[in-house]
Amino acid sequence: MITLSHYIVLGAVLFCIAVAGLFINRKNVIVLLMAIELMLLAVNTNFVAFSRFLGDVSGQVFVFFILTVAAAESAIGLAILVLLFRNRSTINIAEIDSMKG
Amino acid sequence: MELSTSILLTIALAPLAGCFLAGFLGRVIGRAGAHTVTILGVAASCGLSFYVLYQLVLGGAAVYNHNVYTWLDVGQISLSVGFLVDRLTAMMMVVVTLVSLLVHVYTIGYMADDDGYQRFFSYISLFTFSMLMLVMSNNFMQLFFGWEAVGLVSYLLIGFWARRPTATFASLKAFLINRVGDFGFVLGVAAVLYFLGSLDYATVFAAAPSLAGKTLAISQNVHWDAATVIAVLLFIGAMGKSAQVPLHVWLPDSMEGPTPISALIHAATMVTAGIFMVARMSPIYELSPAALSFVMVIGATGALFTGLIGIVQNDIKRVVAYSTLSQLGYMTVALGVSAYAGAVFHLMTHAFFKALLFLGAGSVIIAMHHEQDMRYMGGLRKYMPVTWITMWVGALALCGVPFFAGFYSKDSIIEAVGESHRWGAGYAYFCVMAGVFVTALYTFRQMYLTFHGKERFTVAAHHGHGAHDDHGHHAPGVLAHPPKESPWVVTLPLVLLAIPSLAVGYFTIGPVLFGDWFGGAIHVEEGGNVLAELGREFHGSLAMALHGFTQLPFFLVLAAFAITTYIYLFKPALAGRIKKAFLPLYTLLDRKYWVDEVYYAVFAKGGVALGRLFAKRGDGKLIDGALVNGSAGLVRRTAAGMRQLQSGYLYHYAFAMIFGLVLLLGGYWLFGR
Repeated sequence: MITLSHYIVLGAVLFCIAVAGLFINRKNVIVLLMAIELMLLAVNTNFVAFSRFLGDVSGQVFVFFILTVAAAESAIGLAILVLLFRNRSTINIAEIDSMKG
Repeated sequence: MELSTSILLTIALAPLAGCFLAGFLGRVIGRAGAHTVTILGVAASCGLSFYVLYQLVLGGAAVYNHNVYTWLDVGQISLSVGFLVDRLTAMMMVVVTLVSLLVHVYTIGYMADDDGYQRFFSYISLFTFSMLMLVMSNNFMQLFFGWEAVGLVSYLLIGFWARRPTATFASLKAFLINRVGDFGFVLGVAAVLYFLGSLDYATVFAAAPSLAGKTLAISQNVHWDAATVIAVLLFIGAMGKSAQVPLHVWLPDSMEGPTPISALIHAATMVTAGIFMVARMSPIYELSPAALSFVMVIGATGALFTGLIGIVQNDIKRVVAYSTLSQLGYMTVALGVSAYAGAVFHLMTHAFFKALLFLGAGSVIIAMHHEQDMRYMGGLRKYMPVTWITMWVGALALCGVPFFAGFYSKDSIIEAVGESHRWGAGYAYFCVMAGVFVTALYTFRQMYLTFHGKERFTVAAHHGHGAHDDHGHHAPGVLAHPPKESPWVVTLPLVLLAIPSLAVGYFTIGPVLFGDWFGGAIHVEEGGNVLAELGREFHGSLAMALHGFTQLPFFLVLAAFAITTYIYLFKPALAGRIKKAFLPLYTLLDRKYWVDEVYYAVFAKGGVALGRLFAKRGDGKLIDGALVNGSAGLVRRTAAGMRQLQSGYLYHYAFAMIFGLVLLLGGYWLFGR
């Protein structure tokens, strides 16, 4: 029997993988974007699981919104990435530190 | 019958109009235009002042006391411009405008070669306006305005020859020392407002008796009598303006200014403003015998000790200046023994004979081509007879020889001091009596050195063509031309001043001193009214003068006359020997009791040191160093630390966000429930 806990643990594991992806990855901006997508999916999993558990549909409606926004966000993120590559000829994170104080 | 407001306004404003015309349009109207408009302005004011005096004394006009303009209404207090014209004011107006008019005329001759001709006329007309505002005022605020305005014009005129460093120094000194006095004065005005709630004379004087018993709490256990506080503070103002003893040092230095203003401002009118003010405030002063004793002691000290300095001066103007200090001391003593009318009477006679002496000294200075040192004069009587005779009239009036104006006023003061039983009157009596001898000593010495004896100057042989210059680029005592009598514009005022110096006392002493002439303008408490005591023994001017020949002051004058005649006419070498024999005393007087040096070392040097301390420590270190640059430095150092956190790597920011989130949720989970 797959209970609510399984889904929550799955969401937590996904989120942790995403966070690890953010921190451990030192090379590639695309991986960063993917890690962020993964975080959002972890959140979505929780939403759907709770929606089902509580019998409330609005959690699933939220998921749709999040998916839409995530799609838009990755589109814009990738567009920024293209521009970044054009300007600096790299997507190596270690070299993108123009916000250093 | 009431005096007309428009006449009073004309008196005050005509000199101001002259001042503006000569000052702002000086180039347009030229030199002749400048002296014409200013003299017309002052003459108008002088004529109308005489008319006002006539109306008050003989025409039966009532005392005029009205506001003509409301300047400011603040809560309960209304500050106005207004005139209080009673006999005291009218007398001052006549003295001020008459001396001013004569000085205006005299200036035509004295300043004939000066570049600042129009400016000078503009200033002296401005002075006349300011002085009139001062004496005609009916409230303390306008009095203060006039008080400061005359101080300003005095500053401008002492420093008139601004290219001379000594003149600018003297003008600054006069201004700064007057600030000390004015500080006391403005505190006094504030105290009047605090205790009596009004600045209008009539209201204040009517309410003055309520001051009795009121005190000002200085600390828990120290309470000062309100009337004494007000009286002393106001008198500190008078000490500055009237050059009383601790604040007297500016007056001798003010001789750096042109001679006409020495006569007008620093002898006849402005320096007597303090005397006039105290006389006007008599209802307040009468409440405080302590303050009157203070006034008397200060005045007596000045009367004797500044006179002594006059004996050793060699500058012809400085002798007269120290004599002025001494005579102002006499007036102040008279105020101190409640003989206000005596003080004002001496003020009037002094204005005439001292202006005469100053203008005479100026005439000598013209003849000597701006040489002022009496050691290079002598024997001038045959070159300038008019100046010689008129100055002798002034000198005898100053010494108080019977029948001359000074006799009546000065002898009355001495007698009044003798009658007084106030604390300090014994000391004051000694000072004024000894002062008579001292006065005669320096006056006769000055006359002998200037007009009599051998000529101690030489006339240079005529040199070259047109290259000569009148203004003393020669060795001292060498003149380019022989001295000659000054032009009529100079001698006419001398003659016109000699007449009142001779006669004004004889004709006016009876009514002014003993006839309750001032009426309600001067208030004297019963019991201290020394002039009334004197009045009982007064049997007319002639009797008083004849009686004067048998009195101690006359013998003192005679003794001084004998001594100076013997020394300066017959044994000129003796003066030098006396000087050597009493060298310490001579040095003490020559250095003016080292008052200047002490002030310079303590106040001037101390002020500079204090200023430097504030500039370096306060401004440089505290404000610039700690506050302005310090706060900037703090921001910079803090920012340098904070900057280390901004690595620029995205994952650091993300980590901070996650870490913060974990902390927040953890904290909420642990403590928030």
